[in-house]
Amino acid sequence: MAAKTLDRRWIFLFLFIGVALPLIFVIGLPIETTENVRAVYQMVEDTPAGSTVLISFDYDPASKPELHPMGRALLQHCFEKDLKVIITALWPMGVMMANDILDDLQPSYPNKVYGQDYVNMGFKAGGMVTIQAMGKHFKGIYTTDSNGTPVENIPMMKHIDNFENIAFVISLSAGAPGVKEWVQVAGDTYGRQVSSGVTGVSVSSVMPYVNEQKQLTGLLAGLKGAAEYEYLIGHPGTATSGMDAQSLAHLIIIIFIIIGNITYWRNKKKQKKEV
Amino acid sequence: MKHTVFILFLLTTALLFAQSPIFTIADIPNDDGSALVITWDCTGVQGEQFFVSLQDAENHTLDITAFNRESSSFPRGSLIYRDSLTAGKQYHFVLASADSALVRTPLISKTGTPRAQWFNTDKISLLIMALILAISIVYFIYSAKGGKNLYIRRINGLEAMEESVGRATEMGRPILFVPGINDLDDMQTIAGLTILGQLAFKIAEHDSKLLVPVSRSMVLSTAREIVKEAYLKAGRPDAYDPDCVFYLTDDQFGYVAGVDGIIVREKPAANFYLGAFYAESLILAETGFSSGAIQTAGTAMPSQIPFFVAACDYTLIGEELFAASAYLSKEPHQLGSLKGQDVGKAVFLIVLIVGIILEIFGVHDLKNFLTVH
Amino acid sequence: MKRRIPLTITLIVGLIVICSEFIPHRPFSQISSELEVWFMIISGFAILLGQLNLIKTNVLKIQYKQRNWPYFVITLASFFLMVGTGALWGSQQNAGLLGHGTAISSAIGSKPFDYLFNNVYQNLQATMFSLLAFFIASAAYRAFIARTTESILLLAAAILVMLGNTSLGTLLTGWLPDSLSFLHLPKVSEFIMKYPTTAGQRAIMIGAGLGIIGSSLRIILGIERSYLGGD
Repeated sequence: MAAKTLDRRWIFLFLFIGVALPLIFVIGLPIETTENVRAVYQMVEDTPAGSTVLISFDYDPASKPELHPMGRALLQHCFEKDLKVIITALWPMGVMMANDILDDLQPSYPNKVYGQDYVNMGFKAGGMVTIQAMGKHFKGIYTTDSNGTPVENIPMMKHIDNFENIAFVISLSAGAPGVKEWVQVAGDTYGRQVSSGVTGVSVSSVMPYVNEQKQLTGLLAGLKGAAEYEYLIGHPGTATSGMDAQSLAHLIIIIFIIIGNITYWRNKKKQKKEV
Repeated sequence: MKHTVFILFLLTTALLFAQSPIFTIADIPNDDGSALVITWDCTGVQGEQFFVSLQDAENHTLDITAFNRESSSFPRGSLIYRDSLTAGKQYHFVLASADSALVRTPLISKTGTPRAQWFNTDKISLLIMALILAISIVYFIYSAKGGKNLYIRRINGLEAMEESVGRATEMGRPILFVPGINDLDDMQTIAGLTILGQLAFKIAEHDSKLLVPVSRSMVLSTAREIVKEAYLKAGRPDAYDPDCVFYLTDDQFGYVAGVDGIIVREKPAANFYLGAFYAESLILAETGFSSGAIQTAGTAMPSQIPFFVAACDYTLIGEELFAASAYLSKEPHQLGSLKGQDVGKAVFLIVLIVGIILEIFGVHDLKNFLTVH
Repeated sequence: MKRRIPLTITLIVGLIVICSEFIPHRPFSQISSELEVWFMIISGFAILLGQLNLIKTNVLKIQYKQRNWPYFVITLASFFLMVGTGALWGSQQNAGLLGHGTAISSAIGSKPFDYLFNNVYQNLQATMFSLLAFFIASAAYRAFIARTTESILLLAAAILVMLGNTSLGTLLTGWLPDSLSFLHLPKVSEFIMKYPTTAGQRAIMIGAGLGIIGSSLRIILGIERSYLGGD
């Protein structure tokens, strides 16, 4: 099969060039928002100021390019809406991912005080079991924050007992444990509004949860979802600039698919003639 | 005198027209009796600040919540109180108002008793569905035990297992088995490990080499035990190498790097990816494809199935992975459970179709019944 | 006897967990959460087992100078370097055995563990993940060949979703009037993902769900014993 004989390293080379060039020379392609991203945005918009929300950083550096811009944009939006943010992590590296964004945002939001407006509760192993424990007694599972400060000494945690005291949950999820566990426990069992941001490859498996029963309120899907959210809150960031690279990469893949098909059909014709 | 009468008149009118607050304490249904719902409505009630407190037998009060006229919980609000409540015990709650000097006046007091339930009625539909499935599975298991002949369709991926082991033996190359990246709490991992047992048995018979890199410590000890037992069963305990099952790392991409390294260096003749996979599925399968190995994959992760289909020779899709153990063992009671699953599936399909028709005609009763709150 | 004890434990625990789903009354609600804590404790201890196995297998490979043994030296060195820096000077706000290591931190800009994490670990992770993009391209090149009617449909859907998920989709169809907004490629892509794809995914999920229930019942009833190493 001719389509199979092409050395795949040629594909790799073209793809590398296609991704690298737009990162250096920004094209600035337009962005159109989709329903699912607008639903997440609206959920944050409609939450009354002063409410406490939970964002779980369930990813590690491998998914950073896609999920980090989402985390950043969501935190910016929550800060601007005066929402109090509890940060948790079901992945050990999630704590560092969250801290990285918080350090980055600190100069832009100098009036946001740690412990009063946001808190990083850190990583807890156990996935679904941990979420179930949060639903029963939040302070039972999180006795300290990620810095070791006892939860009783954190002002914004004083009135947090379980999911009843949390307006919504957003899981930035790169796999398991992640969005599925949050939907099943915080959403289905405790009736909290749950939303999520996921990597491009896992969108199709998470999409069934965006349904009539609102198991998920909207979904930020991959880099495009992040770019759309950045566009909605009016703070273009790394996702917006990364969209050019992604667009060109998709175009290159499409071109190679077309080449593969042309070669296949040409060979088939040749074989027919020979017969 | 006139002034005094007028003030008295005003006070009486104010008292007559001032509304009394609404304050209720209710048990939460379908729980373990550890919580109560407290609701209040202070519309028209005098006071700057309001307190909801718990009162013990010695009249000591513990403030549960406080709100003022600017709070979102004024005039109406509710909260679920569950701080170490004991089921069946009576609790006294007081709604009090306070003036600007924070002097409190009790407005109303109520009692509530949290009660534990023996059955969660919200989950009745779930119980019915689970019973239908469980009964049909158990029925077919026992009818199969009674000698009933059961048909199971051919699953190519599992039929090719023998061929893969034979090929590896001929080529003198190892066989790689990857049980996914999730822990033992995922049924996909257990399903993968059950297939590992059968595969290890065949490998022991052919005297081929097996490599099982794992990413979870609990999977390590289980996989080791399974492979050891398989070698014993095949009558080749001497050929068992305990280091053929080894731990790499819990880290997703660290694990992928390790397995890819093994594929590139050891060039296994056959690769088996059976378990729970995420973004690493295609990285593993494409590396295996480039090394020329026969590849069999199986997962219930919907998003990873297309990747495996594109890069592997055989793919077990969703339920095929769970059916594999029964298929390979050909034991009648194992096959019976598959038949039971099929009956369950038929019932669900009927419910699904009826549900769709009812929804089209605007009847939501079935949907509401099936929704677990 | 060797099999009977674990099978009995499996049966009892399985039934308790199933019952606790429907019975909120104590002790079921408590037993269930107690078991959840046990799982967390066991998985915590098991981590140590994995680390010990990693050290043992790599040391043996180095000791017997197996093929490619220098790779295993690198594995062990990296392992001890990360554990060592974390244990001695801690990470982020947490102190290690030797405190915060201010002298080293001021020299390299952050704590040694954080430095390695940010500059080595993160980049290695991102490199591995980014391989996916290259492999998706080569797999798509092989898989999306219009051989049959089904494969033509698959190919068309793939191209529409790929275009719709990028700015190119907006660029190509953004000019269409509002009355034809349903033809906007991002909307077409969202439609494909939301309806046909989701329908297929749900079918797989329902099948897999039933498979999980069936397998779980086989395990709870002691019919499936392969996970214990066979009969």
